[in-house]
Amino acid sequence: MISILQIIVTLFIVFALSRAIFRFRDKQINLLELVFWCLLWIAAGVVLFIPQATNPIARLLNVGRGIDVPVYLSIVLLFYLVFRLYVKLDSINQNITKIVREVAIKKKK
Amino acid sequence: MQKTFIVIAAYNEERSISDVVHGLKKEGYHGRNIIVVDDGSNDNTFKEAQKAGATVLKHAINRGQGAALRTGMDYSLKHKAEIIVHFDADGQHNPKEVKDIIQPIINKEADVALGSRFLSKKSDVPLIKRIVLKMGVVFTFIFSGIWLTDTHNGFRAFSRKAAENIEITQDKMEHASEIIDLIKLKNIKYREIPVTIKYTKHSMEKGQSPLNSIRIAARLIWTKFLR
Repeated sequence: MISILQIIVTLFIVFALSRAIFRFRDKQINLLELVFWCLLWIAAGVVLFIPQATNPIARLLNVGRGIDVPVYLSIVLLFYLVFRLYVKLDSINQNITKIVREVAIKKKK
Repeated sequence: MQKTFIVIAAYNEERSISDVVHGLKKEGYHGRNIIVVDDGSNDNTFKEAQKAGATVLKHAINRGQGAALRTGMDYSLKHKAEIIVHFDADGQHNPKEVKDIIQPIINKEADVALGSRFLSKKSDVPLIKRIVLKMGVVFTFIFSGIWLTDTHNGFRAFSRKAAENIEITQDKMEHASEIIDLIKLKNIKYREIPVTIKYTKHSMEKGQSPLNSIRIAARLIWTKFLR
C-alpha cells in the first residue's frame, strides 16, 4: 500500500535527481558531486519505501528507531551546508568589494 | 612637510561633505590630497565633493565604511602618500586637529595615531553614547588585548608603513575594531591623541545606534573564529 506522502516524496526525489543530472550535463557540478547527490536521494528513496532498512544502522549507532538515523544525519548535514553557505557568501562579498574598489580607482586615473 | 592624504568615506553626505572639504582646505590641505570615497550614495555626495574641490572616487554600489576607507587608502598609497588620515564626512571632526593627529607620525613616535574623545574635555559625549563606547573599550580589550580610552573613533592617522600593513577586510563598521586588532597583531607602535567630537543633530542621525554595536560585536566574533 503506497501512501500519499510516499507519492509526493517520490516525485520530489525524481525532480531532485533530474536537477542533479542536468547540472552535471551543464558542467556546473563534477562527477563526484553528481554521485554524492544521486546516492543521497536514492538512499532517501530506499528509506521512504523500506523504513526497516535503517534498523541495522540504528542498532549499530544505538539510537531508538531506524528512521531516527536519517533525521539526525539530515540535521547535521543541514547545519554543515548552512555553514558552508555563510563562508561562501562572505568570500563572494569580499570579491564584490574588490571589484568595486578596482573600478573606483581605475576610473579616477 | 610629509605628503599627507586625508581619506573620507562618504555615504549620502550631501549636506555636510562640502563643509568638511572646505574646512580641510582652509587648513592648507590641497584638494589633490583630500580623497573622498563616495560609497555608492543615492544623493549628490559625489557632485558636492567634486564642487568643493576634493579628489572623488566612486563606489558603484554601497560596500560599507571599511571598504570605502580601504579604497581611499589604496589610492593614496598608489599616489605616494607618506601619511594617511581617516576623517569623518558628517562634520563631527575638527579639521584643525589633523595637524595634532599626524604629529606623532611626523616625529616618528608612532606609526598609528588614534583619536580619543575621552582624553579631551571638550567633547560633550551624550550619556548613552558614553556607556556604549566604554563597553566597546572593554570589548576591544578582551578581543585585541589593547586598553584604549576610546574605540570606534573614526579619526586616525597612519604612517605609510602602517597603512601598507593594516589591510582592512571588514567592509562595514567592524573595520574600527579590526584596525586595533591588527595593530596588536603586527606589533605596530600606536598612540592616542585627544580630539574633539562635535555632536550635531546631523552626525547623531548618521551615527551608530547602540543596538547596532551588538551586531558589530557578533560579526567580529564570527569572523575571528571562522575566517
